[in-house]
Amino acid sequence: MSDNAKSPPLPTGTFAERAVSWSKKNLFDGWFNSILTIGAIAFLLWLIPPIIEWGIVNATLEPTIEGCKEVSGACWGFVNANLRLILFGTYPYDEQWRPLLAMIILMGIICGSLGAVKYPGLRKAIIPMWVIGVPVIAILMWGGVLGLTYVQNSYWGGLPLTLILSSIGVIFAFPFGLLLALGRQSHMPAIKTMSVVYIEVIRGVPLITVLFMASVMFPLFLPDGVTIDKLLRAQIGIILFTAAYLAEVFRGGLQAVPRGQFEAGDSLALSYWQSMRLIILPQALRLVIPPTVNSFISMFKDTTLVVIIGLFDFLGTVKLALRSDPAWTKYYVEGYAFAAAIFFLICFSMAKYSAYLEKELRKGERR
Amino acid sequence: MTVATETTTGAVPSPSEEDVIVVNKMNKWYGNFHVLRDIDLTVRKGERIVICGPSGSGKSTLIRTMNRLETYQTGEITVDGILLGDDVKNIEAVRREVCMVFQHFNLFPHMTVLENLTLAPIWVRKMPKKEANDLAMHYLERVRIAEQAHKYPGQLSGGQQQRVAIARSLCMQPKIMLFDEPTSALDPEMVKEVLDVMVELAKEGMTMLCVTHEMGFAKEVADRVIFMDAGQIIEMAGPHEFFDNPKSERTKLFLSQILSH
Repeated sequence: MSDNAKSPPLPTGTFAERAVSWSKKNLFDGWFNSILTIGAIAFLLWLIPPIIEWGIVNATLEPTIEGCKEVSGACWGFVNANLRLILFGTYPYDEQWRPLLAMIILMGIICGSLGAVKYPGLRKAIIPMWVIGVPVIAILMWGGVLGLTYVQNSYWGGLPLTLILSSIGVIFAFPFGLLLALGRQSHMPAIKTMSVVYIEVIRGVPLITVLFMASVMFPLFLPDGVTIDKLLRAQIGIILFTAAYLAEVFRGGLQAVPRGQFEAGDSLALSYWQSMRLIILPQALRLVIPPTVNSFISMFKDTTLVVIIGLFDFLGTVKLALRSDPAWTKYYVEGYAFAAAIFFLICFSMAKYSAYLEKELRKGERR
Repeated sequence: MTVATETTTGAVPSPSEEDVIVVNKMNKWYGNFHVLRDIDLTVRKGERIVICGPSGSGKSTLIRTMNRLETYQTGEITVDGILLGDDVKNIEAVRREVCMVFQHFNLFPHMTVLENLTLAPIWVRKMPKKEANDLAMHYLERVRIAEQAHKYPGQLSGGQQQRVAIARSLCMQPKIMLFDEPTSALDPEMVKEVLDVMVELAKEGMTMLCVTHEMGFAKEVADRVIFMDAGQIIEMAGPHEFFDNPKSERTKLFLSQILSH
């Protein structure tokens, strides 16, 4: 366990000899570690084979109920048969290439923006990509122009809806959260009080409440004839909610920047906003990358709650598919496993990117 | 600016020179704690002033009021003809002419040395990037550290960092420089390289106010030495008079303590 301090011995001997010495050092170093190793192996032996047997060996992709009844394992046929319903929800069947294309464009813009850390040449392209990309996505989704038939947004659903809600959520919640965090630190009492009250009230209620209020209560206060779209209300609810959490994350980062950095900015005659943008925020935000991404992951999963106000996000469309035919209903495990796998893939990518970003930003300034 | 200067004694420069800092009956409190008491001080262009005193005497706080890093409650401070009050425009105007070098350097760790130096010229003076780079390299050469331009502050020694901080201030081409214990955080072997740069600056005629315990520096370059205790200016004199013939008992005690080792 404490061998790290010594310089590693040069690998000598045959592969088998080295394997034995490696496992002695790393797996069977003392009786306690030996018990842990054996316990862990036993647990994996108990857990993994049945999962493989159920999920792969005895499973079927056959997209019919009959095919599923014949096998003892997983019925991936349910996913196979309902894939388009699960992915795109109630979007008109013949037009589903549009949300697919929109989703691909959205992923492309996101990857392009995130890749700018590695390829500085992309940095200048970020804003044009979004300025052009978002209207293109909107045209694809709504249609009504360029010969595309109009699709009301109440028919939107599935993965595109989840991705749109969460990426628009990130884009707007980030700056709003930043303003709230700065507001909370402001010397002006009115701004400070408003920020504190907002953050504490929003943090104090569950997202479901915010969504319910946005969808049920909010319209009651609007004059007759004025309606705000249900999807927009849900989107605003998500932004307002996430911003409050992000504000507290950012505040932590701002407080971790030494006082001297603010003073150095002041004494060089930089204005408040110049100091913030050039000196304080680059340091503060870098410190809070892990909790920021944590908030984004949390928000991404919370978008599934929009189902309670009648929007079918990705998880909602899985339920929709399960209910589409009573015969499929008993294959809910497969349905949810598929949804879980997609959610995991996206959340895990975010986590990996966050780790990469931290490492990349630290490269220049070894201390 | 016809504020009385009769409180100053010793090596006062000829009265025809311009007063660049005028502190008049200035008081500052932290809550109930009276940090600065009735401070009167006039600094002329090109003057080098060293401020010393025991810790907690208010010496750092005093120079920090001169670029409004600290507020004050009564009296007034005029810097380069601009009244330092709550007016943000005035504060920024003063800060463009007054630069501060800190005890802990306060370089920006996420920028290279060169970026640290060009930041304020580019954003505050609106200087083109090329010109700002040339200016920065000029001052880096003056503090003898040009070869480190593309490193990050974290990769430099304390003495090098403090010289970068001085160069960063010089890039703003200030009329006045404030030094807040610039050598206190340095390892002993690095103090000299920083003091050498400061002595050069002093000899070139920069107006300097320096809080320091480096009495050798005070003897070599100061026009006046100020001793502060408990928020008051106790004694103010030319260096010869100050060190050879201090008037106040507190000054004598302080000098005996810091010169004895």
